[in-house]
This record gives sequence, C-alpha cells and structure tokens, in this order.
Amino acid sequence: MRRTTLGGKVFRAVLWVAFGLFFLFPLYAMADFSTRNLIAGGRTMAAWKNLVADEALYQAIVISLLLAVFTVVAMLLVLVPTMIWVRLRAPWAKGMVEFLCLLPLTIPALVIVVGLRNVYLWVTYFLGESALTLTFVYVVLVLPFAYRAIDAALSSIDLQTLAEAARSLGAGWPTTILRVVVPNIWSGILSAAFISIAVVLGEYTIASLSGYETLQVQIVQIGKTDGATSVAASLAVLLFGFVLLLILSLVTRGRRRVQGVTA
Amino acid sequence: MTNGVAVELNDLTRVYGTVKALDGFTLHMAPGELVALLGPSGCGKTTALRILAGLDEATSGAVSVGGQDVSGVPANKRDMGMVFQAYSLFPHLTVLDNVAFGLKMRGKSKSERTSRAADMLDLVGLSAHKHKYASELSGGQQQRVALARALAIQPQVLLLDEPLSALDAKVRTQLRDEIRRVQLEVGTTTLFVTHDQEEALAVADRVGVMSQGKLEQLAAPADLYANPATPFVAEFVGLNNKVPAEVSGGRAQLLGTSVPALHGSIASGPGLAMVRPESVTVSPDPAGASTVSTVAFLGPISRVFCTMADGSVISAQMASPQARAFTPGASVSVGVEPTGVLVVKGERP
Repeated sequence: MRRTTLGGKVFRAVLWVAFGLFFLFPLYAMADFSTRNLIAGGRTMAAWKNLVADEALYQAIVISLLLAVFTVVAMLLVLVPTMIWVRLRAPWAKGMVEFLCLLPLTIPALVIVVGLRNVYLWVTYFLGESALTLTFVYVVLVLPFAYRAIDAALSSIDLQTLAEAARSLGAGWPTTILRVVVPNIWSGILSAAFISIAVVLGEYTIASLSGYETLQVQIVQIGKTDGATSVAASLAVLLFGFVLLLILSLVTRGRRRVQGVTA
Repeated sequence: MTNGVAVELNDLTRVYGTVKALDGFTLHMAPGELVALLGPSGCGKTTALRILAGLDEATSGAVSVGGQDVSGVPANKRDMGMVFQAYSLFPHLTVLDNVAFGLKMRGKSKSERTSRAADMLDLVGLSAHKHKYASELSGGQQQRVALARALAIQPQVLLLDEPLSALDAKVRTQLRDEIRRVQLEVGTTTLFVTHDQEEALAVADRVGVMSQGKLEQLAAPADLYANPATPFVAEFVGLNNKVPAEVSGGRAQLLGTSVPALHGSIASGPGLAMVRPESVTVSPDPAGASTVSTVAFLGPISRVFCTMADGSVISAQMASPQARAFTPGASVSVGVEPTGVLVVKGERP
C-alpha cells in the first residue's frame, strides 16, 4: 500500500516537473533573451525599460489595457443582464442567444474585419479614429468564451427561486441582479472577465488589419528591428495573463470550498 | 391578536397557451386565517399562490389584499412573505443576513435589522446558527430560516409553496407543527399550498381542494373529511371504499345498514357510496359471507382488508390491538357506521 502511494507520489512529482519545464522553459528562454546584452555581453534591462521608455510601445500597452477594461465592462453589462433575463423571462430565446454568442467562433477574423468595415465607417464617424473603438468588435469576439463561463455559473444556482425570493422580500430587478444573482455567479463573472482580458491582450489580426496600434501590433513591429524589446513585451503579456489565471484559479477554488461545506 | 388582513382572489383565470391552469378560481380568506390549497399536481394551486404573490399574472380576475386591489402591483411591492418548495436561502449570505435581507430592502437601520432578525431566528429556534451559511444547514433548518426570513418583514400575507415537500417524513411533521405554531403566534393571513392531504388537514383553518383550476370545496378540515361535496373531494381526501348502495328519500342502503346520504349525492337509485375505512366495521362471524384477505399493520392503527361475497375488497381501519383478532382467511361480517356517506353515480369497476 505504502509502496503504491510512494510510487504515485513520485509519478506525480515527475509529471509536475516535466510539465513545469515544458511550460516554463520558453518563458525562461524569453526572459534570458530579453535581458541579454548582445553587444557588450552580460545582462541588461534595457529591453524591459523600453516597455515604458518607448513612447509608441507604452501607448500601445495603455491602449490594450484600456481595451481590455472597456471590453470586459461592456461585455458584462450586455451579457449578464441578458442571460439572466433570458433564463427568467424568455427561456425560449436561450438557444438563439447561445447561437448568436457562439457565432463569432466560427467566423474567421479576416471575414469579421471585412464585414465590419462598413459598420466602422459609422463608428469612426461618430467616435473618431481612436483604437478604443475596437471595444465594440472585441465585445463580439469574447462573447463565446464569456457566454460559456457565465452560463455554467448560472446553471449551478437555482436562479428562478433566488430571484423570486429576493423579489418577494422587496428587492427590485437591479437589486435582485446586483445583490443576489451576481454574488452567486461571481466565479463565472471572474472567469468571463479574465478570459476576455486574455483574448483582448492576445488579439492581433483584427487590430492589425484595421490599422490600429495595439500592443500585439507594436510587438510585431518592434520585433522587426528590436528583438529583445519585442520579446520582453511578449513575456510581460504572458506573465500578466498567467497571473490573471492564477488569481482566477485561487478565487474559484476558495468559492468552491465555501460552497462545498454541507451539513 | 391577529395581524392579518383579508385576502380575496376573485374569478381568477390563467391560460398558458392552450392550457387553463386556473379557471374562474375564487377564494376569500379571513384576516389571520390559514387556508391550505390541496390538490394533485397541475391542479393550479401553485399558480393561484404565485398570482397572489405577484410572481405570475392572471389572464383575468382580480386580487385584493386588505380591501386594496393589488392586481397590477409588482411582487416586490406586495408586502408578502414567501417560503418556496426549493431551498431559497441566498448562498452568499449568513443565516442572519438572509433573515435581515427583506428589512434591508425596506431601509431599516442595521441595529433594527439585526435585532428583528435575531428575534425571528429565536422564534424558529435557530439562534445558535445565525453565523452559518445555507450550505452548512440541513434541509429542515434551511426551511425554518426561510420561514423566519419571510416573517421578518412582517408581511401582510404569508405564502407557503409546498415548503415541506423536500424534507424527510419526521422533519416534515415537526416543521409542519412549527409552522402552525408560529403562524398562530404572529397571526398573519397565510396561504399554504400542498399536495399532501395530511399536511393540509393538520395545519389549516380551512382547506380548499382544487381540481383542474377550480376550487372544488373549501371547508374546515373535519367538515371536508366528513362531508365531501363532490366525488373528487371524497376520492382525493382520505382513503375510500366504493360500496354499492341504493338511495331513496335522502338515505342510502348499504352493507345492510341505512345511513344518511350527504348533500351532493344522487337523488335516488343505485350508486356507489364513498365509505371511509374507519367507518367500516368488521366482526368475527363464522357464518359471515366475507373473509379477511390481509391485515396491514401501520403502527397504532391497522387496516383489515376483507373480500366480500361478490369478490370486491373493502378495507376497514381500526386500532392495532383490535385488529389482532383477525387473521387472513377468517370469516367475518362487514358493516358500516351510521355516519353520512356521499353516493355517486357509477358501478363498481
């Protein structure tokens, strides 16, 4: 019995190390490359300093982060009330909403860009040429991922009973959604938000084809002249996404633990 | 003594597509009264309760509470406490915060909320659990907290939508009695929806039996049991034997005994009398035309099933010590107590 347990432990440790190396080695290589002084030898943080010092790159980082925030806020404002409403008042529309939300997955980015060109003529006419107008298309782009996360969270609670209980106790619809439903689907909302941020920070095709200078577009451009800075920016984005997913994992595990206690 | 208000549901109709869930349903409740709506699944009892709560809209008809028409008032403005069939405590809040939720919605101060919520938890005997979450409570405890939460807002009307159906038998009985005790203590007009006749008969001032969206009969439990107004009520409430009978001049002749025919019976001629097992008498008789087929022991009472001369089976209910006198195969004579019976048209199937 003890031998099996020990064997199991060793096997698990080996797997951990193997997968850890597999995932961490490229990151290590990027960190190594981005801090190597290719001319004088030794180490330098010049590439990392460029992330802030290079005005164009810095602006691109700010724009990408703002895009991520705006996309998440807009996505949550559109999707959460809609999905709650559909489940409570229009269950017949669930299939249609699901289909519409998953549709962007099936359409290539290039087609989306071409399709959106006419729409964006109006968007830029009203809102100007800012890269932040990409928020609209990014909201559509993250719908499939966000929908799945929120849908799973909503399925795990008895939404109708909770909403009716809140209403019978005097809560209006906004209060019911914000104080009763949202706290109970918080893990799903966090998942949707983090995945959306990861999608926005990784999106290149649409931004590039639309001619906007987002972080990914800048990384590609810089990569043509300054490999180290380009790799530093890529690693920073990867680490940022990694930290987000780590937070997501910790938060949802904490919640599962609270909900898992039974009498 | 009573904090309740009068409730009137007048001529309610609710149509879903082609299905009429309620069909001219009318119910008037006196202040402080507990009325149980009893009926099989799909009879419209929950629909009636949800329309009263404001969670569903009637296709036609009116709802008034305390003399005010509330038909167009949304659920969150109706001032009604509700306990649901499914566990409905908010999982992210503690027991105390759950009970205080309705008071928070009413803008009460924190001290007032905490004090009132603590009082309510005291009322249902769960003060010791106030800092726990719903997931840490048993089903019975959760429903007691839900009751405390519904009462904390001092509602005009308390609505109970099959609150005991998810619980096991013992907890069910305990909580049923507790609901009645608490309801009498606070005096809130209460509508209790259930498909369990024992539950309805045990807690209600009056029981309304529903069938196909209509109220078949509304009466005090004892009256409903003894004097069912329709064949549906007679069949749905309590167990019944269907015994061939002959009606004439307001009396029914069955099993060699003449008994009063209840209002609603056929005027004359042959029919089937609905006879409660406890109204059937069995006595040992070697020359009797009937034989005991089985004896079912149910704790304090037993049921003796007798096969009649025509092959039909009649069940008699009696105290278990008394039932020990009968063994399967013994010859007996079967009679009936001289209480009123409802006689309906029909022949023994």
